[in-house]
Amino acid sequence: MTDSTEVTYIKPGGSVASLDLGEIWKYRELLYFLTLRDIKIRYKQTLIGVAWVVLQPVLTTAIFTIIFSTFARFDTKSVPYPLFALSGLGLWLFVQTSISLASNSFVNNTSLITKVYFPRLIVPLAAALATLFDLLFSLGILVILMFYYGASPTSQIVAAPLFVFLTLVLAVAFGTLFSALNVRFRDVKFALPFMLQVWMIASPIFYPASLLSEKWRLVFALNPLTGILEGFRSALFGLPFDWQLIGVSCASLAVLTLLSLFIFKKMEDKFADLI
Amino acid sequence: MQVINAENLSKRYVLGSRQPYSFREMLTSMFERDDEKRILWALRDVSFSVGEGETLGLIGHNGAGKSTLLKILSRITKPTSGTASIRGRVGSLLEVGTGFHSELSGRENIYLNGAILGMKRAEIEKKFDEIVAFSEIETFLDTPVKHYSTGMYMRLAFSVAAHLDPEVLIVDEVLAVGDVGFQRKCLRKMRDVGESGRTVIFVSHDMQSITRLCRRVIWMKDGELRSDGEAKHVVGEYLHEQSQTGAEKIWLEPDTAPGNEVVRLRSARVRRSDRSVSSSIDIRQPVSIEMEYEVLQSGKVIVPNIQLNNEQGASIFVSHDWNSGWRDKERGAGVYTSVVTVPGNFLSEGTVFVTIAAATHQPHEIHFNERDAVTFNVIDSPDGDAARGEFAGPMPGVVRPILEWKTETMT
Repeated sequence: MTDSTEVTYIKPGGSVASLDLGEIWKYRELLYFLTLRDIKIRYKQTLIGVAWVVLQPVLTTAIFTIIFSTFARFDTKSVPYPLFALSGLGLWLFVQTSISLASNSFVNNTSLITKVYFPRLIVPLAAALATLFDLLFSLGILVILMFYYGASPTSQIVAAPLFVFLTLVLAVAFGTLFSALNVRFRDVKFALPFMLQVWMIASPIFYPASLLSEKWRLVFALNPLTGILEGFRSALFGLPFDWQLIGVSCASLAVLTLLSLFIFKKMEDKFADLI
Repeated sequence: MQVINAENLSKRYVLGSRQPYSFREMLTSMFERDDEKRILWALRDVSFSVGEGETLGLIGHNGAGKSTLLKILSRITKPTSGTASIRGRVGSLLEVGTGFHSELSGRENIYLNGAILGMKRAEIEKKFDEIVAFSEIETFLDTPVKHYSTGMYMRLAFSVAAHLDPEVLIVDEVLAVGDVGFQRKCLRKMRDVGESGRTVIFVSHDMQSITRLCRRVIWMKDGELRSDGEAKHVVGEYLHEQSQTGAEKIWLEPDTAPGNEVVRLRSARVRRSDRSVSSSIDIRQPVSIEMEYEVLQSGKVIVPNIQLNNEQGASIFVSHDWNSGWRDKERGAGVYTSVVTVPGNFLSEGTVFVTIAAATHQPHEIHFNERDAVTFNVIDSPDGDAARGEFAGPMPGVVRPILEWKTETMT
C-alpha cells in the first residue's frame, strides 16, 4: 500500500534558509484554485461586478488628468498626460490592491492555517496573483488609449513585460511581508492604508521622476516603484531608459524581497499558534 | 513496517503573556516576569509508532493534547521538541469543509476543498461524480453553498473529505455533525478506508465508533500518553477512570447528594447474589443494584429507575420500578431502599456503568439522575456453562443471554 517512498520529517523549529520552492511547486494546483477563488469572490455580490476593474483606473486617470493638466502641469515629454497617468496608475492600483488583499489573506483564512498544511506562502501569493486579473484590464485600457492617442510603440516595448514582472515581484514581496506581520500584529490593519497613501504620493505615478532634483533622484529610486514606473513608461513610449535609476530600484527591490521572505519564513511556523 | 514514528514529541504554549496582538502589548509583555507567564505543556514526551495498515484511535478529555498531537503530525504546527516521521502521502481531516466559500457553488467548492485537502485536480475530476453521488446534493450542484441547509453543507463537505485517498489518514472528531443516517454512512466509509490497508489515526469522543473503527487505542491525559493498547481494554480503562466509581457510593453530606427537596439519594451499591458488595460479577450470576434514598416531601409517587451502559457508551437497558407495590402509591417521608436484580447469563462481559435515578411521572419531574453512579465488571466464564460455551474468541453484543436452540437432522 505504502509504495511511495515519500517520508515527512517533523522537527522542532524550521530552517529560514530554505524557501522550499519545490514544495510550492508541488502545491501549484492549490495555488491555482485559491487564485481562482479570489478572483471569483472579489466581485460577487457587487452590482456592476467586474466593471469595477475598469472603472477604478479610468476614473482615477480622469481625475488626475483634470487636476494635473489644468491646474498643475507636469512635463511628461511627448506623452499625453492621460496615457502617462494611466500607465502609472495601472501598475500602482495593482500593487496597492494586491498588497491590501494579501495582507489580510491569513487573517481572512484562519481555518486554512489552523486546519490544513500547505506551504503558507501560497496564500498571499494567490491574493497577489488574483489581482493580476485586474492588471490585465488596466493594461487593456492602456493599449486602447495608446491607439486613441496614436502613440506608436518602438521595439523597446518588448521590455514592458519585464517591468510588469518586477511589479508582481514587488507586490508579492510586500504582500507576503504584511500578511505575516498582520498575523502577529493587528496594527497592520491600521498602518497599512496610511503607508500605502504615503507611498503613492512618494512614487512617480502622476508626476514624472524627472521632476525630482538630480541630488534626490537616486534616493527616490530606493523606492522600487520609481525605477519600475520609469522603466515601464520608457518601454511603452520609446523614451530613453534611465538605467541608473532602474538599477538602484532593482537592487532595492531585491533586498526588500529577500528581507520580506526572510521575515515571513521566520514567522511562518508560529502562524497556527498565533492566529 | 512502521509508518508513523513519533519520538518524545512535546509542545509548549506560553499562556500568561497571551498572544500579543499589537506592538504595545508585545512591549509590555517583554517586561513581564517569566513566572507571570503561564506555561502549558500541551504535549509532553509522547512517543509511539503506528504500523502499516493500522487504525489507531486517540481518546482523552478535552485539553488532553489529542488535537495538538494531530496538528503536529499534520505539520500545521511544529513541536517544541521531539521528532516524528511519516512514510507516505499524508491526508489530514481536522475539520470538514476547510476553505469552503459560501459565495461559491457546490461544484466550485468541491474542487477548491479537494485541492486544499491535497488532492490533485485530475484526482478530483476522476472522483467528481462519486463525490456528488455520496453527498446527495446533485440538484444543487451549481447553487452557491450559502443557500444550502447545514445538513447539505456538511454532507457535501464530508463527501469531499471521504474521497481523500492518502496512504496515511489523520482524522479529528469530524463525525460529530450531520444526521444520524449520514453519520452511519461516513463511519462505513471510514471503516472501508481502515480495511483497505491504509494507516489511520482517528480522534473521537464517541467510544462506540472508536471501538468499532480501531483495534488499538491511545489514551492521552494531561499531554501525556496514559495508556496504549487494545481498543476495548483502553476504552474500558478510560471510561472507568472517567466515572471514578466502584461498586458502592455513599453520599455523606445531604447537601451535596443528588436530589431535590422531594427526594435525596443517600447511597447506591452493587451486590452479588451472596449479598456481598462487589464490583466483579460472574456472568452466570445475578447482580443486584441497590439504592437508598430519603423522601423528604410526602405525597408524591416516586419511581426509582436505573440505566445500564456498557464501556462503549451504549445503553444496555433502562428499568423502572413498576412492580414493587409502590407503583401508584404516594410515598410518605422516610428512608427507602429499592433493589433491582439483573439475572445471570444476561449481560455481556465488560464494564457496566449504572445510572441511578428517581422520577415522578405525573407531572413529569426528575428528582435525581446520577450518571454512572456505580460500576461493575462482568466476567465471563471459561467453564463452558455460560453463553460462550467452549468458544474462546471475542463475542460482540451488549447482552449475552443463553437462548434455547433446536437443531434437528432432516434425514
